[in-house]
Amino acid sequence: MKSNKIFMEYTKNDLINFLLLMIISLLIIPITVKSGYWYSSILIPWLCLALASIGQQIVMGYAGQLALGAAGFMAAGAFACYNLILRVPDIPFFVALALSGLIAAAFGILFGLPSLRVRGIYLMVATLASQFFIVWMIDKFGWFKNYDSSGIITAQDIVIMGKSFTSPLEMYLVIVFVVTVLTLLAINMARGSTGRNWMAVRDMDIAAESMGISLLRTKLQAFAISAFYCGVAGALFAFTYLKSLEPVAFDIKLSFKILFMVILGGLGTISGAFIGAAFILLFPVLLNSIGNNVFHGAIDATIISSIEQVVFGVLIIIFMIYEPLGMAKLWDNIRLKFKKR
Amino acid sequence: MTQERRFPIGSPILEVKNVSLSFGGVKAITNASFSILTHEIKAIIGPNGAGKSSMLNCINGIYKPQQGSIIFKNELLSKVNPNLIAKKGISRTFQNLALFKRMSVLDNILIGRRLHMNANFIQVAFQTNKARKEEIENRKKCEEIIEFLEIDDIKNTPVGKLPYGLQKKVELGRALATEAEVLLLDEPMAGMNVEEKREMCRFILKVNDEIGTTMVLIEHDMGVVMDISDNVVVLDYGKTLADGPPSEIRANQDVIDAYLGVAHD
Repeated sequence: MKSNKIFMEYTKNDLINFLLLMIISLLIIPITVKSGYWYSSILIPWLCLALASIGQQIVMGYAGQLALGAAGFMAAGAFACYNLILRVPDIPFFVALALSGLIAAAFGILFGLPSLRVRGIYLMVATLASQFFIVWMIDKFGWFKNYDSSGIITAQDIVIMGKSFTSPLEMYLVIVFVVTVLTLLAINMARGSTGRNWMAVRDMDIAAESMGISLLRTKLQAFAISAFYCGVAGALFAFTYLKSLEPVAFDIKLSFKILFMVILGGLGTISGAFIGAAFILLFPVLLNSIGNNVFHGAIDATIISSIEQVVFGVLIIIFMIYEPLGMAKLWDNIRLKFKKR
Repeated sequence: MTQERRFPIGSPILEVKNVSLSFGGVKAITNASFSILTHEIKAIIGPNGAGKSSMLNCINGIYKPQQGSIIFKNELLSKVNPNLIAKKGISRTFQNLALFKRMSVLDNILIGRRLHMNANFIQVAFQTNKARKEEIENRKKCEEIIEFLEIDDIKNTPVGKLPYGLQKKVELGRALATEAEVLLLDEPMAGMNVEEKREMCRFILKVNDEIGTTMVLIEHDMGVVMDISDNVVVLDYGKTLADGPPSEIRANQDVIDAYLGVAHD
């Protein structure tokens, strides 16, 4: 934060980082990565879940409200998008996506109401309601699933300006676009007065109130924006990764996964959402391939997958003990060390 | 205070009338009344547990008194809520430091500018002209305050990492940033050494002199109280014991008794 500020809080380094990331994601990856596996099993779910983690980050890392139920809002977004495309003729995909985010945001406000009365672990329990209620609602009323009896609905193709985006690479590009825009907006909010108000409420709510911050508005705003991000992420997740819509995919396990991504990645950082999502998603893949390559079938596959879980759990515990501020902090420390030399 | 003041003491700006507050059976304040005049520095003193902090909390809207009324600029403060009262122009600091620990000094002080920043989250997200302009303007104001308080070198440090004396300064800075008409300072000099206290007094007097902010401060150091305040109100067991200029308070037998604990005969 020296005098080389170019635009608001953005320094020259920020701009360089941004350009580098754009070059990597829009040029290098599409040119070098040819296999569909990388797109559809790693990059696409990573970006979708990173987006949901940003949502969780806003409500938990910035506004300090322990909420658990990101997957519920993702389900709301996914089914909203499905129904909008199904029922509104010729609705542009991005409009449907934005509207599904807004519908999820409405749910966010509703389920954020308990935050005005309870806090901490009790709030977490209260917000579980969103998880169970939304999934139950979709299951219970056939209208949401267009009275499909099979239980699994195929998601519509993504059509933008008459062109359908169906190959893994095309879908990846759509996601990169959405994630880039929403991430920039999130960074703007986090660094601007909006984010400051959230953090003030997180750090000391009485003082925040005495400075003229309305707790009601700030908390609900955080819940709504968080749910918006989760809703959009959920719609993308269903349309590009799952390629189907089933309420079961958005169960409590997914909520916990997103929670871990945020905690491991580093609370109160946007980059932490991406790092955490990558870690949680890629680590099992890595362990799996190590297991397969090192033991070469000497050990039963089921045992390997159990060992994976154990190693994963132990690593999370070790991590939380030695770097409670998450991987984003670890990354900062490493960078600082190199800078000093 | 021999020379003429730029902002002479005027009519009452804040009136506390017959306020009583109790928590269950414990009476914190009983029928306390006093008024605070525009542009004055008013000290609230009294032994521990006299209800001084509770009084500030009532004015500030954190507690709702069971009886009595608080009138600010001829308007009854009836809807009790700290953020509404902040909007009316009353700001404060806290006894046990209520800073935003993980945020930098500059960000803490910027929160004090909250009521001067009106861009909504969409304008902030898209960095519209309005959001950018107000951010730049308010940052400039905060830089001025930081310079005034001589904490330039620590402005990007997270507040939680600062020593106590500096944190007290940051909290004063945050309250100043609000540009409120009335500042409630709850023991701004507690735990400071003589040097730091002198500095803090200088800041308080300077602000009062230059911008005319009305100050209400709770302080235990009698030397400081007698030096800087225009008027002193003494609370004891939740009651107003005395109210007047320092010289009068010093000579008041009731006050001496309350402090020394003389047995009445």
